[in-house]
Amino acid sequence: MAFGGPRKSGPGGRGKDAKAGDKAGAQRRGGGFFRRRKVCKFCADKIDDINYKDVKLLGSFVPERGKVLPRRISGTCAKHQRALRVAIVRARQLALLPYAAD
Amino acid sequence: MKRTYELIYVLKPDAPESEVADLHKQVADIVERMGGTIDKTENTMPWGRRKLAYEIGHHKEGFYVLEVITGSGELMKEIDRRLKVTEGLLRHLIVRVDEAAIKAERARTKRTAESRRRRVARGLPPDRQPGEGPQGENEDDSGDMMFDGADLEA
Repeated sequence: MAFGGPRKSGPGGRGKDAKAGDKAGAQRRGGGFFRRRKVCKFCADKIDDINYKDVKLLGSFVPERGKVLPRRISGTCAKHQRALRVAIVRARQLALLPYAAD
Repeated sequence: MKRTYELIYVLKPDAPESEVADLHKQVADIVERMGGTIDKTENTMPWGRRKLAYEIGHHKEGFYVLEVITGSGELMKEIDRRLKVTEGLLRHLIVRVDEAAIKAERARTKRTAESRRRRVARGLPPDRQPGEGPQGENEDDSGDMMFDGADLEA
């Protein structure tokens, strides 16, 4: 509720809102930026079986550091994120993916 | 109870071919003795010799072998036990795959049925016609919702 206030209010409130948006790195549709719509890649591409052997696919969810890319960034749905995690953990056991990179 | 499993093991990169063949034979013997079958063995691309994601005992590469085995859980237990005490083996992993395959199959069937139902409800023929392009129904904006990990490095 507290965040709803400035967005709906007059010109003054609007400016404040935009500023706060920039600070957080968020880009608003009205502000001239577009945030790419995030949709679960596995739902969109109809990948039913997230396989630990598919290093290329899993690799796109494991950034440089070697950690699993969080859902809030990748947009993966909960169901597929769970399956993804299992696949990544299996791939790590076989040294197909790193546990941590330097 | 017959179940399907995948076994992947990683040998040292300097293992001679005889060692690879030897280990495969050991596995095959156990499988045969306990009434299973080896459906598939792969040790060429993408398996075989490949880079490890991290060093294991100063090795930077490993020799990967994938075997698909149908048999009982007892059989896999025995293989696991044997591989655990095998020298010169960097890693091994046994995964049951039949359930996941059934699940994936079910999801696919459900999706096809659902899309057919929707198409019929809209008065279209159940299957996509050759004239309907990729930007036809259901796939309007699939292009820009694709996620690629490249630009997400924080």
